[in-house]
Order: sequence, then structure tokens, then C-alpha cells
Amino acid sequence: MAENSKSAEATVLNTKVLKKLKGAFQAFDTKSDNTVDIKEIGTIFYSLGFFPTQADLQKFTSEVEDERSGYIHWDRFLPAMTKVLLEDKFPPISDELLLQAFEVLDKEKRGYLEPEELTNYMTKEGEPFTQEEMDEMLTAFTDEEKKHIYYKDVIPHLTLERKM
Amino acid sequence: MGCGTSVATEKQGETLEQAMKAAVLIQRWYRRYMARLEMRRRYTWNIFQSIEYAGEQDQLQLSSFFTFMLDNFTQLNGNGPDLISQLLDPVVDPWLDRETCYNLIHVPESYTGPRLSFPLSVADTNALLSAFKDQQTLHARYVLQLLYETKKLLKQMPNIVHLSTSYYKEITICGDLHGRLDDLLLIFYKNGLPSAETLYVFNGDFVDRGKKSVEVVILLFAFLLLYPDYMHLNRGNHEDHIMNLRYGFTKEVMQKYKTHGREILQLFQDVFSLLPIATVIDGKILIVHGGISDQTDLDFLSSIERHKVKSALRFPRCSLEHLDISQSCRQTKRTRSTDSSRPSSSRSQNKNQRTPNTRKKRCRLSRQDSAASTSSSSSSSSSSSSLCSPQTPSCLSPHAFPSSPCMPYSVNVLQVPFLDSLSSVPLPSPSQHEQEWKQIVDILWSDPKIQDGCSPNTFRGGGCYFGPDVTQRLLLQHGLQLLIRSHECKQEGYEFCHSGKVITIFSASNYYEEGSNRGAYVKLGRELVPRFYQYQVSRTTRKLTLTQRVRAAEGSALRALKEKLFAHRSELMAGFQQYDQNNTGRVSVCEWALVLESVLRLDLPWRTLRPHLARLAPDGSLEYQSCFEDMGPGIPLPQVTPNLAETLFRYRTDIEIIFNIIDKDHSGLISIEEFRQTWRLFSAHLGVAIDDSAIDDLARSIDFNKDGSIDFTEFLEAFRVVHKLDSKDQQLHEKMDGEKRTG
Repeated sequence: MAENSKSAEATVLNTKVLKKLKGAFQAFDTKSDNTVDIKEIGTIFYSLGFFPTQADLQKFTSEVEDERSGYIHWDRFLPAMTKVLLEDKFPPISDELLLQAFEVLDKEKRGYLEPEELTNYMTKEGEPFTQEEMDEMLTAFTDEEKKHIYYKDVIPHLTLERKM
Repeated sequence: MGCGTSVATEKQGETLEQAMKAAVLIQRWYRRYMARLEMRRRYTWNIFQSIEYAGEQDQLQLSSFFTFMLDNFTQLNGNGPDLISQLLDPVVDPWLDRETCYNLIHVPESYTGPRLSFPLSVADTNALLSAFKDQQTLHARYVLQLLYETKKLLKQMPNIVHLSTSYYKEITICGDLHGRLDDLLLIFYKNGLPSAETLYVFNGDFVDRGKKSVEVVILLFAFLLLYPDYMHLNRGNHEDHIMNLRYGFTKEVMQKYKTHGREILQLFQDVFSLLPIATVIDGKILIVHGGISDQTDLDFLSSIERHKVKSALRFPRCSLEHLDISQSCRQTKRTRSTDSSRPSSSRSQNKNQRTPNTRKKRCRLSRQDSAASTSSSSSSSSSSSSLCSPQTPSCLSPHAFPSSPCMPYSVNVLQVPFLDSLSSVPLPSPSQHEQEWKQIVDILWSDPKIQDGCSPNTFRGGGCYFGPDVTQRLLLQHGLQLLIRSHECKQEGYEFCHSGKVITIFSASNYYEEGSNRGAYVKLGRELVPRFYQYQVSRTTRKLTLTQRVRAAEGSALRALKEKLFAHRSELMAGFQQYDQNNTGRVSVCEWALVLESVLRLDLPWRTLRPHLARLAPDGSLEYQSCFEDMGPGIPLPQVTPNLAETLFRYRTDIEIIFNIIDKDHSGLISIEEFRQTWRLFSAHLGVAIDDSAIDDLARSIDFNKDGSIDFTEFLEAFRVVHKLDSKDQQLHEKMDGEKRTG
């Protein structure tokens, strides 16, 4: 009895999630042939609410890629994603942690970061940004007048869910 | 190593590690944020595209309305001969020279714009360029003269123009411009003006949608006249007077040229229909605006008289059967076509039969009802001879076509002779004419698809979806290696498909909204290897972030989507209520999506868009009324039933076109009687049950100054919906209101 309800629950979960996965996949299926470009896998993951690292993505990609064609087919994508979901492989990072992260970088506790500092961290540490990513971040988050990045103001942008 | 140092190193190590962890975290958050943004950008793109294509499908509605009118011509006669005759005007053949008295038009001393002298010189084109950069308008006299000269030139051109790179170094091919002067100027700036070193092919759709269609097309024609060997123009599906009525070119001309607008528009009609339909480079590269079909025959296309297909929207009856919309049309027709004496009714039964008697009858009908009729039924015999010689290219045999305001045939070809529309020269073999129409429409309206095969393009209402096999076959057949086309907006300004055999090139950046897409042009040298150049015009000098651009585009797309929902409110509510028998006001998200899918027929990710469109109840079900909360009518009109309001809103574009046709002098005013008749006709065709008295009340209430005429521009404005949550819109509305009261 208990087993039945468990599997029933699992099925219900899967239908909703399945639709979500399908939607995210189809957004990048530009040729309408059930494949997406490998380079978009990261975007798909993130848009679904996961936080893989670049290394995670590479590992995932290598497992599902269609013989190094550069494309991933839905038929391989789906089971791999299902596994990711069930194993909760890339859990979300809370906004508090995000704030703490900024505060770690802001050694002097000024409440802001200079563009050069942020650039240094983002392009040299961790999984470095490309120049393009850095430019975009700076343009988006630097305060026009003071030329600082007030991270407390930035965080709501990064975390805000869109509403009606 | 002392105690102190190791502790310091450890601490340092810790700090470094912490910093690295922090960096990784921030990077992941940021990448997630950008990914979400990218997702939104794609969804926004999908919205724009589906609505655009769905909108073009609406065009079918209008065309089938004209069919309806024609079929019920005699019956409707009783409802007002004036109205019908206005819509069914005598035709003037575009080949004929119109009376253009441009030299009688006086240009005042105060005019500081360019004064062109023909034949044009570089000084003239330079003057035009700087004038347009300075927001000046070219005087009507010069516009008319320019068009007149362009028409003369185009008459001499073949349908398919052949170019060679052995004479010219490089050829630049540009796609849709749609009235975007900034993009054209940017192309000229980056790539150089047309010259012996810089050859240009502009692949259609110069006008409509953008605000500077007039300037764009004047520049293109000016360069064409200046350098007919270095400048080449293909016709696009928007070089079509009916499309212009709907998508803004007509309005733009009338606004900029209040006195001579009508004359100018008539000349534009002629010029558009005389534009070549294809260009071939080195016998290897074919350039057309839309695409091809499995029936495309380039030899046949070279031989026809291209100007006879004035508008793609007057299409043969049998094509209607492919499409759903014709269903309702045919149903109403079946009940009415009992009167066998009316020639039009026989069309649905005997498509291929046509007797001279029938033709004569029809011509007589037209003479009765139209003011000026300048031809006779005998015109058919004289014209047939010139048409039966397909070997003679149209450029070599200038012929005088008799103008014939004859009524539509009883056969496949449907021609509505209004506003100098399709020249209805009766043909001996109707299938010939239908073929010509189809071949040209295929070239101007088709889109490539991924799967093999060729299917009718039901979204656009004309042309086909053609697969890689169709492309392959055509290229092989004519020894070609590449097809370059436009017609579809692409995010990067260009796109390959069909394994690199087809290039789509699109030159209007920010087509849907600021930041929606780049524009591009392609260059070919002697080796015929395409090189792409991209650009994006921006309104502000400050660089917009992706966030800002996505937000702007998204907002715009969502508004358009909400308006679509509002326009179909009754149908949607009926659908929702089917799932909500207990009237709780709620359905599940799935059911909501199903209803939207079936009513709107837009292929969009509804679940993902849900947060922008509808509210959820605490239990996770969807409150479907919330879909319509954001929208409301503009100026509340008294005595307007919701049903009427919604129908008027949904078909406002079609209604606007019909009004534009009725309003011959483009004054913006039509009589109440005309309004009443038109509305009755249209609603009869739509099968919408609207009370006659409701229409009368509406008509009277719109005529605020009680002089018997309606300013229908204002009227249509009243049915523009307002987004309640958009305060900017409200402010604008209040401003308009204020202006109306004072002005």
C-alpha cells in the first residue's frame, strides 16, 4: 500500500516536472528536432533552479552528448536530468550564503566593492568569468555615480522571482 | 618554521580558501541569473514571433470578407449601392501611364528640403541623405517625380535580374528594412554608399511597421535611378498596397503628405508591382524575398507579366479551402447562393466553367453600379493574344493593356477591383493566371522548414513551407548553389538552414523591441563565399545591459499577449467555465493552459508565462478571471455591450482597413450610414450576432458633434485597451484626452 502511494506520488511529481523540463528544453530546441546545443545546457540547468559548477556541467555534458556532435537529444537528456533531480545533485544556494560570500570579499566591511576588486575575484578565482560576463556584470551592478558595487542592492536582483 | 609563521600561513590559507569559495558562489549565482535572463529573452522572442504570424493569419479574415461580399453582391446592393460601389471601384492598369502633373505642383520658396533635378546626380542623393538625417520631408512634387521616373525605369526591367561578379568587385545583399531609416544609414555608413565598387541588392520589405518607410524607399529609389547598374531591388510581400493599408505605410504617407498623399500612394502601388521579383548572381546564387515552393519554375517566372499580381491578398478561391477560416465563409454562402441567376454563386459549383454570357452579365452589373467604367466585355479577346506568348519577355514588348473594370471571374481567380487593385484582365485560360499568382506569391511569402516536403503556409495565408529537398531540387534544376532570402526576423540578423544552402538575411535591428535582435547584411566576392556583417542600432548612447533590454522586450511582448487574451475574452471564459462547472472561478494550471492553447492557437510555454498572466489561489489552483484584470477599455463608451466591444477590439485592424478603403479622401471621416452598413456587413460575415439597435446607438454616440460623420480614428482609439497597471499608458491617455478636449 505504502509502496503504491509512493510511486503514485513519484508519477505526479514527474508529470509536473516533466512539463517544466520539456519547456526549458524546447526553448533552446531551435531546429525543432528534439536536440539542443551543448553550450546551452548550463543555461537550462540554471533556469530550472539548479546551481551546478562548471565542472558539474562538463561532467553532465560528457555523459549525455551525442557522440561529440555538439548536440544533446531529449531522449538522453531526460533520464540524466531525472537522475539529477532525484539525487538532488545541485542543491540551491540560499541568499544568506550569497550575502556572506560578498561580505567575505569585502574585507574592510565597507558595504560595497570596487569594480577592480570584483573583477579580480571574478576573473581570477573560482571558475573565472569571461571578459564578456565581467563586462555585463559591471554594467549591470555598478552604481552610476559612486562607481561602487553595493552588493546588498545587487542581491535582490539576483534572487528576485518574477511575479505578475 | 616557528609557531607564529605557521599560524599566519594557515590563516592566510584559510582566508584565500574562503575567498575562493565566496567567488565560486557568486559566480554560480550570477550565471544562474544570466541564464534566467536568457530564458526570458527566448520566451519573449517566441511571443513576438507567434503573435506576428498569428496576426498575418488574421489577414485571411479580411480577404474572405471580400469574397463574402462579392458572393452576396446583389443581395447587399439593397443595403446601400454607394458602399458597395466604393469598395468595387474601376481598375486602372499599373502599366498605363497615370496622369501625373507633378510639374504643376508649386514648391514654395519657404521649402528648405532637397530640390531634385532629373536625371539625378550624386548631389541629389547626398542632399536626400542629409535632409533625412535632419528629419526633413521631401516635397510631394519631387516624390511624385521620383516615383514617375522609377516606374519608367522598372518597366524596362525583367522579372529576374542577372548580375555578374566579373564586372563588380563585391555585392552586398540586405534584407528587410521595414521603414528603419537608422538601419539603412548605418549600413551605408559601415559598408559605403552604392557605387561601382559597392553593389547592392535590397531584398524587399522596405516599408511598413517602421516610422520612416517613406524616407527609406525614397533613398532606395533615388539610388536606383542614379545607378541602375549598381543598385538592385527585389519585391517583398510588403510591397503590396493591401499590406500597406494594414501595416502602416499608407498611414505614414497620408500623414506626411496631406494634399497629395492619395496620388503618391497610387504611384507607389504601380511601382511596387513593377519591382523585379528575383536576382541571380553569376548564375549561381538566387535571391528572392520569401522563398520557393515545389512548383517554382524560374523560366515560367521570367516570362510572366509580374505587375499583374498587384496584391498577394487577392487569392484564388481554391486556396481558401486549405484554410479553416474559409469554413465559416462557405457555410454562410451555402445558405445564400440559392439564386442561380447571380453569376457569382456558380463559382462554388463550377469552378472551371465560364461562358462569354456570364462575363457580359458581370460587366453589365459593374457598369450599373460603378461610377466610371471604361472598358467593354470585348477587352478579353484583345488581351488574350499578348498573354498567350510566354516566350516574349515582358520587358521587350511594351503593350497597352486595356483597362477593364470587369467583375471577378466565376472561376478560381478572385479579383476584387477596388482601389485600383488587381487588374482584372479576363483570361482565356484561368489556370494560367492562377499559376502566375501562385508562383509570385510563393516567391514572396514562403518560409523554409526543417522537414522535407512542401506544405501550404497557413500561418501567413500564402506561399509554402519548403523543405531541404525542395531547395535541393530547385538549385540542382537551375545549376544554382545557394538561395538567399529574407522575410523572417532572426536574432543574429542572419541564419543558415538546409545544410547551408539557404541563408536568411534580415536587416532591421531591434525589430520587435529595443534589443530584440541584430540586423545583418551579407557580402559576396568573386569566390561567392558569404561574409556576414552584424549591427544593432540603439536609441540611447548609453549601453543598455542585457537586463534592461530583456525587460523592455519582455514588457512589450507581454502586453501584446495580454491584448490577445483580452480580444478573445468570451471564448476563453467559455472554455474556462467548461472546466469549472461549479463556478468556483478556479481551474487547474493545466486546464488553463489547455484552454489558452485551443482558443488562441499560439504555440507558447503557457506554464512558464503563467506568473505574468494569471494569479494563483492559495491552494495552487488558478483564478482565471485574473487574466483579464489588467486590461480595460480606453474611453468608456455608453451603450456598448461587452460583446460588441470585444469584437470591435479583436477585429479593429480589419475594420480599420475597410474604413480606410471607404474613406477615399483619407480625411479620417466617414458617414454614419457608411459605418452602419460596413459594420452590419462585417458582423454578418463573422457570424456575430449583434443587435442592430446596438450598432445604431453606437454610431450615434460616436458622432459627438452630431454632423452625421464619424471620426473613425477616434472611434478606433476608443477601443484600444488600456493596461491598468501601466501608469505611463494612463498618463498618455489623459494627455490625449486633454488634447481632444482643447483641440
